Amino acid sequence: MKFIFRSLVLLFSLMMISCGGKEEKKKDQIQIKRKADVEVKTQETVTNEVPASQRITLDNKGVGKIKSLTLDATINQEMVAKGAALFKTNCMACHKVEKRFIGPSPKGIMKRRSPEWIMNMILDPQLMVEQDRCAKDLLVEFNGAAMANQNISEEQARDILEYFRTLN
Amino acid sequence: MKKYSYHVLSLLGLLLVFAGCGNQQGQGSSNGALNSSAAEKVYVAPGQQDEFYAFLSGGYSGNLTVYGLPSGRMFKEIPVFSQFPTSGYGYSEETKPMLNTSHGFVPWDDLHHPDISQTNGELDGRWIFVNGNNTPRIARVSLSTFETEEIIEIPNSAGNHSSSFITENTEYVVAGTRFSVPVPQRDMPIAEYKSNFKGALSFIEVEPEHGHMDIKFQVLMPGFNYDLSHPGRGDSHGWFFFSTYNSEEASTLLEVNASQNDKDFIAAINWKKIEEYVNNGGGTKMPANYAHNVYDESTHMGTSTMKKEVVTVDPTKVPDAVFFLPTPKSPHGCDVDPSGQYIIGAGKLSADLTVHSFDKMLAAIEGKKFDGEAYGIPILKFEDVLAGTVKSGGLGPLHTEFDSKGNAYTTFFISSEVVKWKLGTWEVIDRQPTFYSVGHLMIPGGNSRKPFGKYVVAMNKITKDRYLPTGPEMEHSAQIYDISGEKMELIYDFPTHGEPHYAAGCPAELLASKSKKIYRLDENKHPYAVTSPDQAKVVREGKNVHVYMSTIRSHFTPDNIEGIKVGDKVYFHITNHEQDFDVPHGFSMIGQNTSEILVMPGQTKTSVWEPKQVGVWPFYCTDFCSALHQEMQGYVRVSPANSNIELSWSLGGD
Repeated sequence: MKFIFRSLVLLFSLMMISCGGKEEKKKDQIQIKRKADVEVKTQETVTNEVPASQRITLDNKGVGKIKSLTLDATINQEMVAKGAALFKTNCMACHKVEKRFIGPSPKGIMKRRSPEWIMNMILDPQLMVEQDRCAKDLLVEFNGAAMANQNISEEQARDILEYFRTLN
Repeated sequence: MKKYSYHVLSLLGLLLVFAGCGNQQGQGSSNGALNSSAAEKVYVAPGQQDEFYAFLSGGYSGNLTVYGLPSGRMFKEIPVFSQFPTSGYGYSEETKPMLNTSHGFVPWDDLHHPDISQTNGELDGRWIFVNGNNTPRIARVSLSTFETEEIIEIPNSAGNHSSSFITENTEYVVAGTRFSVPVPQRDMPIAEYKSNFKGALSFIEVEPEHGHMDIKFQVLMPGFNYDLSHPGRGDSHGWFFFSTYNSEEASTLLEVNASQNDKDFIAAINWKKIEEYVNNGGGTKMPANYAHNVYDESTHMGTSTMKKEVVTVDPTKVPDAVFFLPTPKSPHGCDVDPSGQYIIGAGKLSADLTVHSFDKMLAAIEGKKFDGEAYGIPILKFEDVLAGTVKSGGLGPLHTEFDSKGNAYTTFFISSEVVKWKLGTWEVIDRQPTFYSVGHLMIPGGNSRKPFGKYVVAMNKITKDRYLPTGPEMEHSAQIYDISGEKMELIYDFPTHGEPHYAAGCPAELLASKSKKIYRLDENKHPYAVTSPDQAKVVREGKNVHVYMSTIRSHFTPDNIEGIKVGDKVYFHITNHEQDFDVPHGFSMIGQNTSEILVMPGQTKTSVWEPKQVGVWPFYCTDFCSALHQEMQGYVRVSPANSNIELSWSLGGD
């Protein structure tokens, strides 16, 4: 973490140095360089794979106490309501439905991740980042912004998952 | 040191005589203790935890420090009576009311005597009570959040020293005055002290469920100095004992004038009798003005209320409730053994300890064997109540604590030592030097029916050569002795913070498992809390601007604010949306005339900023919260007072 943070600071300082001069141009140059930086990093860590946020890993259950989970065919609206409220209070500071923010958007997540993986990530993000490849890559893709453990109970996480089923 | 200096300095000559050989002896023992078995006894390996909590008072720091035993590692400083920039206590809008008094905002006090709440005479680990000595106050600290929850000011009192000791079911926390004063306060010649000044002993009722404090009554005693106190326990439950000095009632040069009488007193107060008297309508309701400050854990906010009345009791009006036990040489410590049978008076100008017997005291009262009276309060005959005398051979006895095996341990300030002696036979068993000039000592549970007599911590007033020198001012030193065997063994030396006067300790398991980890966001009732980031907003009310802000790793919502003007008063109400253990966020604003605040997970705190200059001013998180902590910042645009820029706020452009 420290190294990521240090290298980011170094990178930004280099950028600041390289692009003195007029204000408006400065803006453009920074944007160009930042994009380039993300590409370089992606190549280094993932080696030509698609970014973790777009990868489909439905057969990966992740690491943690949720080993297997079967979803009912119908979506339980009562759980959805509870999940939506929990999401708003505990998650929305970093995850927005309509856009990529501090972390990825949960929209369409059921098409990319297994229910077990999602539950494990909510319940113990630290363990996942240590032991799950996809979680690790997501951390890198999202600038080292580690997902917070929000002390969500298993039942609450299940409600949030049900809410995610409505986000397509 | 200051506390004792008036009397002790008069014996400076003796101190010098003893210092020479005392220190040499100490040096020898100290080397002897530096062996591997002592090291093993205090070594708590990395990742391992201590066996006991120890709460050491900070004296003039105004705060309470939390240590582990036997490692001597400091875990936390709990702000109580002093402003504390580390957390923003006393600076945040929510905690400023905690330091309100009848004299206005008092940002400091001299914190002396921690006492852990008890049930049936045993430590129950709910709260710890402490006293502010200077502007008389009693505080209650939660032992689940380790935060100050309540402070009550004590009217008619001054030098609140024989305080914050509790009765064995935490029915009362007791606060006695060291400096007698006119009651009520009035303009009068100091020379008319004698017979006009009063010493108020306050009994503060503790509500059993939440611990809320309310002064039930104040006993207005003769104008002596009420120095220390302890509750009866077991058979003597229902009584409280206070040591006194200056029964001469001198108002000047007390160093000499308060040391004239061969004996002063220990005052025995039957508080159950007085309680009954008050419950039956006894006592006088007297106009008063004192602050009662309560912190609410669900609103995360302190409120201060001024109370306007107090019940006072004239002790001569309550039959058989108050007696004086003659005790030689200006007694300081007044300690009661775990059985409640013995009351130990440490005559600080003496070499001996006086032990009074509770049973003998009752018999003497029964037989009305009085040796005169003082202001209508019967004086019992010294010989009738005496259980025994400990001929210690030390000088300047101060305080006594107990183990569970019938032994007592007394500190001697002038001869710098802890002396172990046996209850009942009064024989001295062992003595060990301290480094140097020991004041209080503490055995976990040593002031209860059930002591945990494995270690004693001696808290010293003088440090001198114990650590690397740090200029003229040094932290005070403490020593830990293993007392599990017949002989005490010095096993560790550690610096303390401020000046510890007394401490309280308890087994780790009593507190560790119920120590709070986070405040639940869904239980946050703070009026300015935002429990979801989409509630974040900025609201102008005239010149006051309220910023409803949330934080999580690692950003503030909002982090760009415009439309603030010079002359505004900006309230940043910050809610930490983390729900994980040990992830606080901080907040500070450039040029703010106050400290940062540290906001615990799920908590809301408020920081005020009054911008004085036009510009774009940054704020940031002061607690290294994540790898992206350095990115956790924001800007406020401040425009001229007459500007018409609309109030606006955003995060990431939204």
